[in-house]
This record gives sequence, C-alpha cells and structure tokens, in this order.
Amino acid sequence: MNIVYGVVAGTHVLAALLVGVRLVRGPSMLDRAVALDVLVAVIMAGLGLRAIIADEPWELVPMLVVSLVGFTGSAAFARFMLYRDDQVADP
Amino acid sequence: MSAVADVALAGCLLVGAFAALSAGLGLLTLPDLLTRMHAATKPQAVGVVLILIAVGIRHPTVDVITTLVLIALLQLTTVPVAAHLVGRSAYRTGQVRSDLLYTDELRDALDRGAPPEDLD
Amino acid sequence: MDRSRLTVRVGGRVARLPIVAWLALVWVLVWDRITLANAIYGFVLGLALLLAFPFPAVDPGVRLRPAGLVRFGARFALDLARSVLPLAWQAVGSNRPGRANSVIAVTLRTRSDAVFVLTAVALSAVPGTLVLDLRRATGTLFLHALGVSDDATADLARRQVLDLEARVVRAIGTRADLRALTGEENP
Repeated sequence: MNIVYGVVAGTHVLAALLVGVRLVRGPSMLDRAVALDVLVAVIMAGLGLRAIIADEPWELVPMLVVSLVGFTGSAAFARFMLYRDDQVADP
Repeated sequence: MSAVADVALAGCLLVGAFAALSAGLGLLTLPDLLTRMHAATKPQAVGVVLILIAVGIRHPTVDVITTLVLIALLQLTTVPVAAHLVGRSAYRTGQVRSDLLYTDELRDALDRGAPPEDLD
Repeated sequence: MDRSRLTVRVGGRVARLPIVAWLALVWVLVWDRITLANAIYGFVLGLALLLAFPFPAVDPGVRLRPAGLVRFGARFALDLARSVLPLAWQAVGSNRPGRANSVIAVTLRTRSDAVFVLTAVALSAVPGTLVLDLRRATGTLFLHALGVSDDATADLARRQVLDLEARVVRAIGTRADLRALTGEENP
C-alpha cells in the first residue's frame, strides 16, 4: 500500500508542476485562472491522500474550504475579466 | 481493512492521480484556451470525486461520509459553473482562436444582434 | 402546487422554504452531528441568509421520477468516468494538423429552467463539450465541441445534446416537458 501512496503522491506533484508551468506561462489571465482551478483540484487530491494515510481525517474541512474558495476565486476572476474588457471595448 | 477494500482504494487513488496528471498534461500541450479548458475541467471533477470515494473507503464513518458527500456535491455543481463563467469570459474577451474552429454559431448569433442575456 | 404555502414573507422579502431546508441540510452536514438543535439553527440561519440576500425567483417546476433519475445518474457517472481517458489521449496527440473544433448552437425542445440548468451542468461532465454561453429566452446552448470538423460531426454532437436533454426530462421533467419532448420526436 505504501508503494501506491508513493506513486500517487508523485503523480500529484508531477501534475502540480505541469500546472505550474502553464500558470507561469499564461499567456492570458484566463489561462492562469484555469490553471489555478486545476491546482486547487490537485491540492484537494493531496489533502485527500493525507486524510487516507492519517488515522484521523482532519483534512476534510480544509478540503471543503479550498473547494469553495477555488470556486469563488475563479467565478470572481471571470466576472472581473469580462467587466474590465467591456470597459475597454465599449465605454 | 479487507483486501477488496484495499484494491478499491488503490484503484480510486491511482485513477484519480492519473486524472490529475492528464489535466496537467492537457493544460500544457493543448493549443488554445478553450481546448485547454476541456482538459482541465473534466478530469478535475472526476479526480476529486475518486479521491473522496477513497477517503470514504478508508474512513467509513457517518461523520466522514456526510462531509465527503457535501464536498462531492459542491465540486460537481461548482466546477461546471466556474468552467462556464471562464469560457464565457474567454469568448467575450476575444480569446478564442477562430482558426481552430470549423463553424462558430455563437459568432453568427451575436452578429445577428440580440446578444445572449447577461448573467446579472 | 400551492407556492404561497412554501414561502415565508418578511416585509416584502420572500424566502422559499425548500431552499431554506437545503441550506439547513448543508449546515447539518458541515457540523457532522444530526441533532434537532443543529437542524433548527441551520434553518434559522438559512432563513436569515435568504432574507438578507434575496434569491432570484426561478420556478424550478421539477417532478422527480425515480427510474429516470437512476438512469440519468448512471449515465452521468459513466460520462464522468469516460472523461478521464479520451482527454489524456488527446493531450498527448493533439498537435496534429487538420484537427478542428466548433462552436455550435443547440436549441433544447423544453423551456423549463430546471431542465435547462441540469442539462448544461451535465454537458460539462460529458467529454468533448463545454458550455460557452446560453440564451434562456429561446433555450439555446452555445457549446464548444471538440472534434467537430464537418457538418456530420456537428449533427452528431447536436443529437447527443438532445439525447442528454431527453434523459434529464425523464429524470426531473414535468408532464409538459415530456410532451414537448415527444411532440417533436413523432409529430
């Protein structure tokens, strides 16, 4: 079982790195918003893995919070982009 | 823990990790924002739900499972909404590469006037 | 359904009791303890929240059909599971030339808000489609569809969306929705 945990944790790290490249590279802010969304999902997966390895799963409440913050973040972001570009395009 | 539960748990974890990896890979290699969003949003929900199932197998108590159900419900309802908001914003701010599109019926509809309703 | 019985009015503001009950359920789930005090507190909190931040009046018009719900849920889970594989494959081999995607418009046959929303949400789980925009007045969804590079694949994608709508209607649709569905299938 420990091997499985190791492989899964390694895959999560690899996924986070790939997402990180896109996060740095962009090119647009929306690309970064999407990348951040995936990063939030990977973080949730990591917390879940911790909860599985641990005896007492305290990670569940952070998972709930992270999922909500991730959603409000990207929703607000999308709205903001729309608003800002509207202002520029047709004032 | 029984062997069956062990195998199910390992399966959920591995497929979930694979989903996360495929999201990362897609995010990196796909050519434009919209196709990248496909790669990002779909495995995202599946990956998290699979991990949640694995947590449920490992800790099969009522208070853990109720929280897991809540997280899964939130995840399944918010991910599509967030994806839609970002996609809509991408289209409206002109970040769609039309050279990668065969037809674009939303552009046709917007050109005819009567823009789709606003969200608020 | 008598809607006035399911609402609470305080000084011109209206709170719908089913939504309050849903918020109370979420509250209880968060606290992990199913007690009466918890439920009452959640209920009061949900009511206060809905009165402070009014919810837009959407008529859900839902009729739950267990058999349809099970069928819809099973297919939804299958679609979710399927969405892992093709995209992983796509991620590796996507830069080949000649690939094209499309933005297609699909007009649903029913005009129910609930069916519209659930169809749009479920579409986000189906591999290959992404909801870009929607028009509630005509019930039109604008989708970014992967791999739609000619009219035949566009028609196929539209047919898949309409099939999904049919499954949603058979799960939660009212009788009027069902009529709208069959009315077009055999005119």
